[in-house]
Amino acid sequence: ASFCRVFKISYLNFERFPASCVQHRLVVRDASTLQILHLYTCTDQIQYIEWSSDSQFILCAMYKRGLVQVWSLEQPDWHCRIDEGSAGLVASCWSPDGRHILNTTEFHLRITVWSLCTKSVSYIKYPKACQQGVAFTKDGRYMAVAERRDCKDFISIFVCRNWQLLRHFDTETQDLFGIEWAPNGCVLAAWDTCLEYKVLLYSLDGRLLSSYRAYEWPLGIKSIAWSPSSQFLAIGSFDEKVRILNHVTWKKITELEHPAVITNKKTIVYKEVEKSPTLGTERLSFPPTRALASSLFSTQSKYDICQVPVSLNYIKPVADKANPKVGVGMLAFSADNCFLATKNDNIPNAVWIWDMRKLKLAVVLEQLYSIQCFQWDPCQPRLAVCTGSSRVYLWSPAGCVVVKVPGEGDFQIVSLSWHSSGDSMLLLSKDHFCVCYLEREEVK
Amino acid sequence: MGDWRTVTVPLLSSDSKNIFPYTSERKSPASMSSEVLRLSLPSAKSMHSFFSAFCTEENIEQSISYIDRELTTMGFPSIYVESKGKELDLVSMVNCMNELLVLQHKNLRAQEEIEIQHLKLGSDMDHLQNCYTKLKEQLELSKREIVGLQERDRQLQSKNRNLHQLLKNEKDEVQKLQNVISSRATQYNHDMKRKEREYNKLKERLHQLVMNKKDKKLAMEVLNYVGRADGKRGAWRTDKTEARNEEEMYKVLLSDYEQRQKQLLLENTELKKVLQQMKKDIISLLPPQKQKPKERSEDGPVLSDQEEDIGELNKENMWELSCETVREQLTNSIRKQWRMLKNHVEKLDNQVSRGHSGALNEKDVISREDHELETGKLELEIQQCKEMIRTQQQLLQQQLTCDDDTTLLLQDCYLLEERERLQEEWRLFREQKRNFEKERKSFTEAAIRLGLERKAFEEDRGAWLKHQFLSMTADCKSENSTTPSAFLRSADTDLRLVRSASQQKRPPSVLSTTASPEPCQISQYITQNSVASEKPAADYLPNLWVGSDGKEETEECTKTWEDSGLDTLCRNLHMEQLP
Repeated sequence: ASFCRVFKISYLNFERFPASCVQHRLVVRDASTLQILHLYTCTDQIQYIEWSSDSQFILCAMYKRGLVQVWSLEQPDWHCRIDEGSAGLVASCWSPDGRHILNTTEFHLRITVWSLCTKSVSYIKYPKACQQGVAFTKDGRYMAVAERRDCKDFISIFVCRNWQLLRHFDTETQDLFGIEWAPNGCVLAAWDTCLEYKVLLYSLDGRLLSSYRAYEWPLGIKSIAWSPSSQFLAIGSFDEKVRILNHVTWKKITELEHPAVITNKKTIVYKEVEKSPTLGTERLSFPPTRALASSLFSTQSKYDICQVPVSLNYIKPVADKANPKVGVGMLAFSADNCFLATKNDNIPNAVWIWDMRKLKLAVVLEQLYSIQCFQWDPCQPRLAVCTGSSRVYLWSPAGCVVVKVPGEGDFQIVSLSWHSSGDSMLLLSKDHFCVCYLEREEVK
Repeated sequence: MGDWRTVTVPLLSSDSKNIFPYTSERKSPASMSSEVLRLSLPSAKSMHSFFSAFCTEENIEQSISYIDRELTTMGFPSIYVESKGKELDLVSMVNCMNELLVLQHKNLRAQEEIEIQHLKLGSDMDHLQNCYTKLKEQLELSKREIVGLQERDRQLQSKNRNLHQLLKNEKDEVQKLQNVISSRATQYNHDMKRKEREYNKLKERLHQLVMNKKDKKLAMEVLNYVGRADGKRGAWRTDKTEARNEEEMYKVLLSDYEQRQKQLLLENTELKKVLQQMKKDIISLLPPQKQKPKERSEDGPVLSDQEEDIGELNKENMWELSCETVREQLTNSIRKQWRMLKNHVEKLDNQVSRGHSGALNEKDVISREDHELETGKLELEIQQCKEMIRTQQQLLQQQLTCDDDTTLLLQDCYLLEERERLQEEWRLFREQKRNFEKERKSFTEAAIRLGLERKAFEEDRGAWLKHQFLSMTADCKSENSTTPSAFLRSADTDLRLVRSASQQKRPPSVLSTTASPEPCQISQYITQNSVASEKPAADYLPNLWVGSDGKEETEECTKTWEDSGLDTLCRNLHMEQLP
């Protein structure tokens, strides 16, 4: 893997081209060379940028001002500006066809659908202020919006082509927390707040296909993920378990537990260990050279395979705080449907990788620091993990490797994002980013 | 060894001033714990002093007389020659002395024995006392142990009770907390709803304000409108579009379902293929004569159809059918075949193991059909037995679960029944006893009679012989008339006796027939008897009169008696002996 230089950013979006913004300037670079292609200036500090689906346009949202500005890649002179006015702006996103922008006004009063093709404006009333209130199908045909009227939750399904309401039905949830379409676009999963464990599965035409409830009183669902083939729905909950439902009967086929001690002999446990750099004492010189200094203070680490049984670093959660750091908070399926990566927030340093063909725990990666983010390669079963240190960790069924970001000082990776081709990866720290290029042969 | 000690004891008799010493010997205390009084023979040395103490030259006479008195009181003969007088009978004195010595020896022996026994008893008692103390200690110990264990048990029980109580308390608390949680949850929901309504009201208000405040300022400012991504133009919202939307949605759904169905169909065909393959393999693996599925008799007539269908199923194109019956048949047939294969493999395993162990007995190998038949039979038997057991249990339950009254009643009934039965039996028994008694009596009577008769017979024989001898001389027909009546009288009584004897538990016809047709013979015989009996009573009566009694009759009698009377008599006797 090779790296590029580190640049300063405030926000970044990396699907096709890394577009980064600094303060009120939008910088668009080339993906392979990171040369600046375009530079745009917005009126205010940009909080959010998003590429349109065809990568023709990029929107920049300025929440404080309630403004959205759209820039075109092909025609740099083209501009568009949407002012929500006194309604305010809390969220903005593209529609799947890349020609409409959905703005959520303040207090979630309404969602305004602005069209770039026509002058029409649509309003969606009573949107629900929840984590995932708007969901588009993968093919972009339909949009599901969570609504709340009269203290009851509803879901509306719109046809994206002409923004017509297709279905509108109520859900049996106490407080709908999120909705997500299955990748095949025919099933919509809706789940309740963590005070109630409930998952409802609706068909595209609004029929309730099934409802699943694992238990009643303790805190419920923390995270949900569909498998890419729509065969499985993984539900991570506060009781440190992942329950997997199958798409034929919508019944639980297995429970994946995250215990603090791993005893299964077939599980491979990779443990990150630090190895202090070895320095010959003769080579020390005063004043120390820069390279020497950096090598002194930077720590190397590598993976060791631990023998089972292994006990992981378990943190007892504080009992009287809301949103406790307990339970399975991160779930992700690999692109080929073979693996599921999870993180149990009680055991914050470990990534659990499950083999979906056998429904068994395959690998546990134990890091030195707590996991910040992980993401699967969009093309092959390769997982990238970052823990807030200056190293990125890659795992594949062949093995795992630690990659250190070169550079002076500390580059603390807080988030990462793969390129859609799977060749490169964007690593983000608080105010810098860098791109990591992966060579196909070399990945161990 | 001991030291002599002389103890002076005052004399019993008043007239002698003599000192009557005793010697006592005391054994050393080390060997024995008890004192033993021994009366030992004085040594020769002190004998002299012994004697001199009692008898001196002055009081020889008194001492001798005293000794004599003592001896006589002790039962010895006097040492004087005669009861009065002063002459000493030396012989008797020596005898007395000897007697005394013997007595002394005996006493000594007895004393020894007594002492030994005393020692033994002493040691036994010691031993027993030791045992007793030991046992007492043990008893104490065990009592203490028991108390300790009881205490512990009590403690544990109280602890157990406490724990139970705690558990109950915990459970109650948990229940309470759950109730609290649910009540709080409902309360929160209620409050949340209220707040939400308020919030909605605010939002509405705000929305109104915002919408009202909407100025003419263009919210969106765009240089030029861009074309749609797909190049088409936007369409108006009409009903047709709505319908088209619906249509499209359903199309999407349908395509998804079709896709899934296709996948499932593919999976099914794959699996069916695999099953078919497996079936073929199994059939090929099985030995050829077992290919016919050996079903139970219940399948019966369906068997042939199933076989045909299975044969049909084996054809390649039939697996495309997916109706339920065909599916079931396929799976059932595969299961059967698999079971057969399993049995076959097990059999082979057994054979192999037995072959390894060295004894491969063909007779031991039971063919599978027989085995299956056997197992079927056994299973049926088991079923039947189980059912029987169940019914028995039920009956038992019924019996047991009857309430007390009915059980008592039942028991009483049973007891009554038994008692009645026993009474019946007793009655029968008593009857039989009575009968036996009667028979015994009759037997004894018969025996007595037999004895008498025998005696009579003997006497008769004698008389007859005598008569024979005398008949030649005497002729006493004239006295026949007077005697018959007297004889008949006695004959009557005898006959009555016989009659009464005949009234027994046997066909009375037997004896009565004999009794009636031949009373004359019997009477004759009895007259003979009486004649004979009278004979020995009057042992010393004049013979002539007797002899001349029934001379003629006796002739006849004897004749008839000889010819047939004997027979009848014997028959009678036999008949009497019959019961």
